[in-house]
Amino acid sequence: MIEFKDVSKWYGSFQVLTNCTTRVDKGEVVVVCGPSGSGKSTLIKCVNGLEPFQKGDIVVNGESISANATNLNRLRSKIGMVFQSFELFPHMKVVDNINLGQVKVLGRGAEEAAAKSMGLLKRVGLEAHAAKFPGQLSGGQQQRVAIARALAMDPIAMLFDEPTSALDPEMINEVLDVMVELATEGMTMMVVTHEMGFARKVAHRVIFMDRGEIVEDAAKEDFFGKPRSERAQLFLSKILHH
Amino acid sequence: MFTGFDFDVIARSAPYLFREGMTFTLTLTAMAMTGGIFFGTLLAMMRLSSHAWLNVPAGTYVNLMRSVPLVLVIFWFYFLVPYIGAWMIGAKQPIQVGAFWSSVITFTMFEAAYYAEIMRAGIQSVPRGQVSAGYALGLTYGQTMAQIVLPQAFRNMLPVLLTQTIILFQDTSLVYVLSITDFLGAAAKIAQRDGRLVEMYLFVAVVYFVISFSLSLLVKQLQNRIAIIR
Repeated sequence: MIEFKDVSKWYGSFQVLTNCTTRVDKGEVVVVCGPSGSGKSTLIKCVNGLEPFQKGDIVVNGESISANATNLNRLRSKIGMVFQSFELFPHMKVVDNINLGQVKVLGRGAEEAAAKSMGLLKRVGLEAHAAKFPGQLSGGQQQRVAIARALAMDPIAMLFDEPTSALDPEMINEVLDVMVELATEGMTMMVVTHEMGFARKVAHRVIFMDRGEIVEDAAKEDFFGKPRSERAQLFLSKILHH
Repeated sequence: MFTGFDFDVIARSAPYLFREGMTFTLTLTAMAMTGGIFFGTLLAMMRLSSHAWLNVPAGTYVNLMRSVPLVLVIFWFYFLVPYIGAWMIGAKQPIQVGAFWSSVITFTMFEAAYYAEIMRAGIQSVPRGQVSAGYALGLTYGQTMAQIVLPQAFRNMLPVLLTQTIILFQDTSLVYVLSITDFLGAAAKIAQRDGRLVEMYLFVAVVYFVISFSLSLLVKQLQNRIAIIR
């Protein structure tokens, strides 16, 4: 579904990604973790071309994202993305946030889009807030709207870039619950997160990154049971026991 | 103190002043504002572009306009627009644009430079993540601008845009140099005909003050009403 082939990226002369090669198969949930500044967010943003990279290739559903023939906008519309800081559009009502892509990108009619939006809001437990503005919702509610907005495009895969890092502790679970539900339904997901509880519960594979490199890429059981690299062991000991 | 003054001249000439003069002033203000914001927004988008062939001309234009006195620009355009127009369509004779359209074009192009700087700040006030969120949905650059960035930029900058419009409203009195009958021009004509310079210029000042001041009060009100809930 998503294949990373030797992806390397530089900011000027500073290398942020070094020969990253991995894959996310259909229906798979892959958690990407690692210390801050390790390139996890950069890697996930390369998947839909929000971050350009200089070397290597990423192939999504058979389409290379760096090929000239690829319609990047169309490809992006098929990949849902959830941001750390939600990025709802503050000047639009909640329901209009979810309608926008459906109408402008997929060309759905206003009624069809609104029906879809209301269904998704119900699913994330927020149908009562449809007519409010994002600023009137809590962080957890906003992030659930953001998930609904991404799902409205009927994506073939979902990318999560630290979806709970900007949330107050008591709101983290309401967002994770929605994500767990998505995972159990078989959605293909790539999730950058520090929530190891989430990784243990639903991840199939865990990728550990450090200094722009994929240091460890293992099945969940292996990663938590016996990480091979010293760096991963150190990281796990730091975030699991404190 | 005011013995020897004849304030009746105001009442006598008011219909003419407002029907002829003020109508022109307001029409010119409205047209230059609309055109200025439209072209200003385009200039701002060009200036923020990463392509040198877009941002260099836009930057040069804005800086040039902002460093030249308006009166000069008015003169230049009044004399040059007929020739530029003729050159553009390949006519042999200068095109007769007329003082009205000449002033509309001048003010639109001059104000566009100022509105451009305001819109540039407005566009930059919208967080980068908003653009990413638009792109991630599959929106094009144009759609992201039209649906997400510009609506927020306008809202953030509305008070400043209106303040600039108040300045524009006052600046339109400079068309006086083209002997156009705007509000000031109309008053000047009456003042000279009737020999009532002090009365008329006092009245003109009061009218400009009242309109500008009420507009600035309106801006303050609006500022509180339209703020985006964050």
